[in-house]
Amino acid sequence: MTSAGSGLSLLQTCALSLLVFTGASQFALVGALAAGGGAVTAAAGAFFLGVRNAFYGLRLSQLLALPRVVRPFAAQWVIDETTAVSLAQPTRRAARIGFLVTGLSLYVLWNLTTLLGALGADAIGDTKAWGLDAAGPAVFLALLAPMLRTGTERAVAALAVLLGLGLLPVLPAGVPVLVAALAAPLVLWAHGRGIASRGDVEERR
Amino acid sequence: MNIWLAIGLTVVGCYAVKLAGLLVPAGVLERPLVRRLAALLPVALLAALTAQQAFADGRALVLDARAAGLAAAAVALLLRAPFLLVVAAAVLVTAGARALGG
Repeated sequence: MTSAGSGLSLLQTCALSLLVFTGASQFALVGALAAGGGAVTAAAGAFFLGVRNAFYGLRLSQLLALPRVVRPFAAQWVIDETTAVSLAQPTRRAARIGFLVTGLSLYVLWNLTTLLGALGADAIGDTKAWGLDAAGPAVFLALLAPMLRTGTERAVAALAVLLGLGLLPVLPAGVPVLVAALAAPLVLWAHGRGIASRGDVEERR
Repeated sequence: MNIWLAIGLTVVGCYAVKLAGLLVPAGVLERPLVRRLAALLPVALLAALTAQQAFADGRALVLDARAAGLAAAAVALLLRAPFLLVVAAAVLVTAGARALGG
């Protein structure tokens, strides 16, 4: 992985994957440290990228209805992929299984590949040449698609794409995605106003 | 030492936000507005992430072979292809577009 090339030891690289387990935050931390940023600045950037996991947790806690004792352990696996898979399941049972299977397999794979990467497995070569960098967005799109059932959801997604891409060049890494999350309350608010004004018209009649 | 400090801060911060979301009391979540909002937030986040992973290179916006791959994935989804086929389509089309000089 990239971190081995930017001055982190094998132990430090693996500790990141084991304990942080949020890819975007890890890359941000390593990137900032490599660029000569201070420890606190680097950690702050990584923290911003991790904040979206709190929103995922909100949704997952009502979906999975986990016992209080289990929550501190489940929390480590609250990430993009587990949320998306859990949300795609029709029942609570399936959602719990989805969360567990996705969480476990990603955790094991992520840490194994980190170890291999840190050990210097340059043999794989350039993943870009194989088009593997397109797998990420394709996975997200496939998980997102079943959620776009109504006009409200489509409007939220469209607005979020605009915000996420439009703000990318002007705001620090991780912040545009958080701002894009505002698409949800904005669309809900606009939607609510629409219903309210229609209600007024009917009342006046 | 400095690096371990940064790692420690990141570990604590990232875990805290993950746990915070799970620990919000169920009573708050039963309010209809909060329910709707919590359902829509992942839609917004996933949509923004999808777009950024497909069209961003660092902090610059780019249109490269990944866009073709994402389009292929969208077509596969519209055709109700299974999940793995969708991802495979994106990877193959992206690799193909790059091989052709994209």
